[in-house]
Amino acid sequence: MVKINGRDENAAGMTIEEYLKKTDYDPKRIAVERNGEIVPKATYNNVTLCDGDSVEIVSFVGGG
Amino acid sequence: MKDDNLIIGGKEFSSRFILGSGKYSLNLIEAAVKDAGAEIITLAVRRANTKEQENILDFIPKGVTLLPNTSGARNAEEAIRIARLARELGCGDFVKIEIMRDAKYLLPDNQETIKATEILAKEGFVVLPYMYPDLNVARDLVNAGAAAVMPLASPIGSNKGLATKDFIRILIDEIDLPIIVDAGIGRPSQACEAMEMGAAAIMANTALATAGDLPLMAAAFRQAIEAGRKAYLSGLGRVLTRGASASDPLTGFLRD
Repeated sequence: MVKINGRDENAAGMTIEEYLKKTDYDPKRIAVERNGEIVPKATYNNVTLCDGDSVEIVSFVGGG
Repeated sequence: MKDDNLIIGGKEFSSRFILGSGKYSLNLIEAAVKDAGAEIITLAVRRANTKEQENILDFIPKGVTLLPNTSGARNAEEAIRIARLARELGCGDFVKIEIMRDAKYLLPDNQETIKATEILAKEGFVVLPYMYPDLNVARDLVNAGAAAVMPLASPIGSNKGLATKDFIRILIDEIDLPIIVDAGIGRPSQACEAMEMGAAAIMANTALATAGDLPLMAAAFRQAIEAGRKAYLSGLGRVLTRGASASDPLTGFLRD
């Protein structure tokens, strides 16, 4: 299991690019952190998610 | 009057009104930016939703500098994570540090803010720390590499105005960085007063988001901020401690 934005998901073995495509995130509008480290956009296609990984996928929202 | 630009992190701005984008419809952002004359807008970073129909970036006019905040951070470490994610979102390296340990009053944690400022400034961020107005902390923020200092006027979202006026004035007098009054400014007259005191800029969000007509209030704030700036540059007239001083000649009265 991979924890993504706080939810356990069956994503182990997928690259970040594959996961984003499958789940319909807009890669241009998000940033990804894996186990506390930023994942650069250029590496989405060769970073593979592993069992036990913790991933945050974030975007901008309104704020003060 | 020659150019009177606000310079933050080497970037020049002719507007001294920093606009928040929280708590109102994305559809109002363009009008708010335009009527505020704003060149900087704040944003927050949150977990993304899939199949997001609307993204705030599509609503912000081109050329406006984005100032992501680190809201939600409870300590320096969390603020640093959020700042790095914000930069990875690809919209520049400005960041407003916002660290709150307390969910009731939403007061900034000055000590953690200094720590985060130091680390992020070293990483090349243009750091604008939101802080409780304390001169010693402001000096530490200068040493930590802040690009401006953002003292609160009163609690976030309260619209209560310049409750910390005397302490903001001390920062304006003593700190050699732009002092941007953030949080609690509820009315244009309060923004104007802060600018008359010599604040470099005003940041407002709730005052607009909770106003009857948001773009109209944005325009009112813009005029108040411009008026206050001009008054500051002019130098205010003196105040008598007692008595009166005639504005009319004291000779030539129509009487003997």
